[in-house]
Amino acid sequence: MGEQILNQVVWPLLHIVAIVLPLVLAVAMFVYWERKVIGWMHVRMGPNKVGPLGLLQAFADVVKLLLKEVILPTNANRFLYYLAPLLALVPALAAWSVIPFGDRLVLANVNAGLLYLLAMTSLGVYGIILAGWASNSRYALLGAMRSAAQVISYELAMGLCLVCVLVLAGSLNLTDIVHAQAGGKGLFDWFWLPLLPVFVVYFISGVAETNRAPFDVAEGESEIVAGFHVEYSGSAFALFFLAEYANMILVSFLASVLFLGGWLSPFPASWGWLGQGSFLWLLAKAFAFAFLFLWFRASFPRYRYDQIMRLGWKVFIPITIVWVLVAGCMKYFGWVSVGTGV
Amino acid sequence: MIDPNLFQLVCFYAFSAVTVLAALSVILLRNSVHAVLALVLTFFSTACVWLLAEAEFLAIALIVVYVGAVMVLFLFVVMMLDIKQEQVREGFIRYLPVGLVVALVMLVEMLALIGVRAMHAVSMGADPAAAAGVSNTAWLGTALYTQYLLPFEVAALILTVGVIAAVALTLRHRTGSRHQSAGQQVGIDPSRRVRVVKMAAVRAEEPEAVQEETRT
Repeated sequence: MGEQILNQVVWPLLHIVAIVLPLVLAVAMFVYWERKVIGWMHVRMGPNKVGPLGLLQAFADVVKLLLKEVILPTNANRFLYYLAPLLALVPALAAWSVIPFGDRLVLANVNAGLLYLLAMTSLGVYGIILAGWASNSRYALLGAMRSAAQVISYELAMGLCLVCVLVLAGSLNLTDIVHAQAGGKGLFDWFWLPLLPVFVVYFISGVAETNRAPFDVAEGESEIVAGFHVEYSGSAFALFFLAEYANMILVSFLASVLFLGGWLSPFPASWGWLGQGSFLWLLAKAFAFAFLFLWFRASFPRYRYDQIMRLGWKVFIPITIVWVLVAGCMKYFGWVSVGTGV
Repeated sequence: MIDPNLFQLVCFYAFSAVTVLAALSVILLRNSVHAVLALVLTFFSTACVWLLAEAEFLAIALIVVYVGAVMVLFLFVVMMLDIKQEQVREGFIRYLPVGLVVALVMLVEMLALIGVRAMHAVSMGADPAAAAGVSNTAWLGTALYTQYLLPFEVAALILTVGVIAAVALTLRHRTGSRHQSAGQQVGIDPSRRVRVVKMAAVRAEEPEAVQEETRT
C-alpha cells in the first residue's frame, strides 16, 4: 500500500514540481532578459536597479502583483472572471508533461504525444475569450474576438506543420520523433532541412498563437489598451502573464524538439563528447528560439488584422498543404533517411 | 491496495456523471454563454470516457476539433448575441412534447444499436488493435488508408465540396470596395518612390532660429 502510493502519487508529483518550478523561474528570468534585450536594442539600459544588474527586478514585479488588489469590474460575470486566468494557465502548464528533455527524460511518454500537445494548445484560447467576455468591457471583448479569430486561423497551419513532421517520423511520440532525427551527419539529419518551409511557418505560427508581437493585435496597446486582460489586476493578471510566457517557452522547446533534433548534438557522433546528446543542447536551442521572440518584438511593427488573416489563410496554409505532399513523397521514395542512428 | 479495475469503474461513473450533468445544464442554464461552456464540458468529459475505453485517437480528436475549434467559433457567435433570457424560456413548455418525442426516438435507436452489438459481440471478437500489438491510433490510420481508402476519400471530397459551397453561398462582392494588392506593394521600385534632390548649402538669415529648429 505504502509503496504503491509512493510510486503512483508521490513520485509523479515530485516530477511535476521538478518541471513546473524551473519553468516558473525561467519565466521570471525570461521577463528580465526580455526587458534587458529590448533595452539594448533600443540603446537603453533596461532594468538595473533591483539587485545586481537588476536581476531581482522580475521577482520585485511578482511581489508587487501579488500584493495588489484584484478588482472585479461592475456587472462582470464573477465566476467566469475568476475562472478565465486559470483556464489560460492550466493548458499552458499541462502541455509540458509530454516534452522530452532527454532520452527517457520525460514525465509522460505517451504514444499520442503530438495530438495531446495540439489539444492542449487549442484549449488555451478559452481563457482569453472568457476573460474578454466576463470583464464586461468593450476593449476586452474586442481583444478576445481578435485573439480567437487569430488563434483558430494559425492553429490550422500549425496542425498541418505537425502533420509534415509525423509523416517523416512515422510516430506521434515526441521521443520517437527526436530519435527519427538522429544520424551520422549531426545537424544535417534533423527535420529542419527536408521541412525548411514548414519549420519557418511553424515558428511564425507559434508566435501568432502566443499573441506576441508582431501578431499582438489581441493586446494592441495603442488601439485597445491591453486587450482581453485590460480589467485584470494583481495576481489574476500575473496568471495571464505567466501563461503567456510559459506558452512562449513551450513553443521554443517544441520547435527545437520537432525540427532541431531535441536533445541531439548538432555535431556528428564521432566528435567525442561534443557529439553526445544532452539536455544542454535542447536548452541552447530553446533559448535561441526564445531570443527570436524578443528580437521580433523589438524589430517589427504590429500587423494589421486583415494582414494577419491574409498571411495565415492565403500564404501559410497553402505552403503547408503542398509540403505535406512533398513530405509524403520524401518518405515514400526514401529521399530522406529517417532514424539511422540510436 | 487499490484495485485497478475498481478504480477504472469509479472513474467511468464519475466521468459519465459529469457528462450527463453538463449535458443537462446545456439546456437548463439561463445564460447562453454558460450553456456553451457546459457543452464544452460535455465534450471534454466524453473524451475522458473514450480515453478510458482506450480510444485515445477519437478522444483527442474530439478535443482538438470540437472543443478547440468548433466550440470556440460557437462561443464567439453566442458572445456577440444579446439574447433576452425571458424570450429564450418562453417556448419551453410548448416545445417540451416535441423534445420528448425526439428524445424517445433517439433512446429507441440507441437501445436497438446496443442490442445489435450485444448479439454480435461474439462474432466481433477482441480489440483488433490490441491483437495486432499496435496503438489504437496507428491501427485506425492503417485501416482508414488501406481497407477503407475509397469511402474515406469520398468523405473527404464531400467535405471539400461542402466547404466550397459554404464559401460560395456567403461570398458577396460589393461594388466600390477597395483592396490592397500585397504583390504590388512588395514589387514596387524603390527608386521611383523617393527622389534625392541635391542642393547647394545656403546660409540661414537668422542663425539663432535655425539652431532652435535643429535642436527639436
